[in-house]
Amino acid sequence: MADIVIDRVVKEFGSFRALQEVSLTVRDGEFVALLGPSGCGKTTLLRIIAGLEKQNAGRVVIGGRDVSDLAPRRRGLAMVFQNYAVFPHMTVFENVAFGLRMQKAPQAEVKRKVERAASLLHIDSYLDRYPAKLSGGQRQRVAVARALAVEPAVLLMDEPLSNLDALLRLEMRTELKAVLREAGTTTIYVTHDQTEAMGLADRIAVMYGGKIDQIGTPLEVYATPATRFVGGFLGSPPMNFIKVRCAQGMARIGEAAVPCPPADGELELGLRGEDASLDPGGSGIPFDVRVVEPMGSHLLLTGSIDGQLARIVAPPTAHVTAGERVALTVDPSRLTWIDGATGRALARA
Amino acid sequence: MPARTSWIPYALIAPSVVFLGAFFLIPLVQTIWLSFSAGDELSLANYERMVNDLNFSLAVRNTFLLTLVVVPVQVVLALAMATMVSKLEKGRDIALWILTIPLGISDLAAGLAWLALLQNTGYLNSALYALGLIPGPVGWLSQETPWSLFFAIAAAEVWRATAIVLVILIAGLQLIPKEFSEAAEIFGARPWTRFRRITLPLLKPSLQSALILRTVLAFEVFAVVYALGGRNFPVLAGEAYTWQNENQNYGVAAAYAVLIMAISLAATAVYLRVLRTRPEQLP
Ligand SMILES: Nc1ncnc2c1ncn2[C@@H]1O[C@H](COP(=O)(O)OP(=O)(O)OP(=O)(O)O)[C@@H](O)[C@H]1O
Ligand SMILES: [Mg+2]
Repeated sequence: MADIVIDRVVKEFGSFRALQEVSLTVRDGEFVALLGPSGCGKTTLLRIIAGLEKQNAGRVVIGGRDVSDLAPRRRGLAMVFQNYAVFPHMTVFENVAFGLRMQKAPQAEVKRKVERAASLLHIDSYLDRYPAKLSGGQRQRVAVARALAVEPAVLLMDEPLSNLDALLRLEMRTELKAVLREAGTTTIYVTHDQTEAMGLADRIAVMYGGKIDQIGTPLEVYATPATRFVGGFLGSPPMNFIKVRCAQGMARIGEAAVPCPPADGELELGLRGEDASLDPGGSGIPFDVRVVEPMGSHLLLTGSIDGQLARIVAPPTAHVTAGERVALTVDPSRLTWIDGATGRALARA
Repeated sequence: MPARTSWIPYALIAPSVVFLGAFFLIPLVQTIWLSFSAGDELSLANYERMVNDLNFSLAVRNTFLLTLVVVPVQVVLALAMATMVSKLEKGRDIALWILTIPLGISDLAAGLAWLALLQNTGYLNSALYALGLIPGPVGWLSQETPWSLFFAIAAAEVWRATAIVLVILIAGLQLIPKEFSEAAEIFGARPWTRFRRITLPLLKPSLQSALILRTVLAFEVFAVVYALGGRNFPVLAGEAYTWQNENQNYGVAAAYAVLIMAISLAATAVYLRVLRTRPEQLP
């Protein structure tokens, strides 16, 4: 059992609060992606879980054991560092073998496990090279192999594939997921690549400004964002936010009206670009198209709704020209309503 | 881009070449020449005289003994101090400043300070006498107590010149990103293992510089020895001084100088070879 409970962890650097009461539970064998913009505290959280940094408040519990005061080597985890931290004075083999050597594993076992991890990451042909003679992407894979070789119960990865080309990244991602699933490794995986997070994770925790804004399955965070930030951060194009006034359960947008939840004050309508469909000649939400970009699989329309910027995804065969006003129909159940003042989504009916 | 005029680099380094030539190379060649000549012809007479002198083997033995004891002690001490200082979060600079104070004291002054401590009427004897541990003044620095004299000189040298090793090692430690040690820690390395398997190998280039510097200076040890033991503890540089000033025999003094240089060069060559870091193993 190696579940991770992060309980109201606070981290301050001087007067700067890098983490504000972060709580997160990762189940045994679960794969959680930590997704967020640069500087939001992902690495800091990972370093606290690993024990490299001491939290100012809160607890970290791994496998039912409070590890808050334990040294990193007693926490039973492995980590891939954001800047790799591959030992320059050791060959690739010795780098990957390092954890096993520390466990005093027999030579035959070391060799077997190193070769297995190396072939998984396609670095088997560099085993006797020194890291200085490797490319950034190869070095990064050495760091991942070093962590996988010890077959840890808990694996922390800080953007482990960020330096690979798109094709290799896709391949590594799939293999990594398969291996970790098979081994039942509890994994926290930091990334700011949302497709990576979507593809890999059982659940995604979206971090912003030292807080976790939302945690849920990829589908949940995508379709029902908890805050304006989550909606805007996930998806390409990002969610559109249209300021509306809500009166008697109806929000008026141009000539159209959409049912809205009861609330006072400013509301924002969160609309995913692909949740709107064109309704030629209909009386839906008016959308003034300014730019039409054919993307192959779809058309990306940029324009404005009620004078506010919006991006809509249309079928590749749709006939839309720039400068045109089209009508959009939406499924009210797929809309997100955001409280304009707090930026948080209103509870769904 | 216009073609670079080829004489400019040479013109720029010319002043330093002239400086080195005038104040270093010419005296060096002169010294070597002096040591190998008798009158106007080439001869090994000076070296013969040096080797056959009563104090020669003693000076060689003492110099090597001192170097072999002092340099390792200094390196171990400096490593320990550097590791501790670099772990300090507050007051690092002030700690470093205090630890390097002995560097600012000339070696003769350092020798005299230790003489004030250790001579017959010195502070050590006064303290021991006051505590009732000794009945009267004890000679620590005389010919009859060669070992206490040796340890006094070694202690003074360690006190005086460990800081230079410390400064070099701290600079070296700062160049090692902390992630290496952190990664080792995550993968189960205890502090001593981390030091041995990560810090020490990555510190090798700095250790090499420090060792070369300290060893070369240790072979030239003179002022501290002179202050504490005079000729009771002959060393190579001291013998050169005696032949030059008391015996007025510049040829034998030059032979000693050349011998010291040869030993230093040999030691440097050994360090360069044994502690070399292959370029691909650099961070
Ligand atoms: N040692 C430190 N001292 C002071 N501030 C720090 C320190 N480490 C991190 N911070 C600050 O804490 C915040 C979070 O940093 P962190 O490295 O966790 O970001 P991140 O989410 O990993 O970003 P990225 O995606 O760019 O790696 C940043 O604003 C950073 O400036
Ligand atoms: Mg980071």
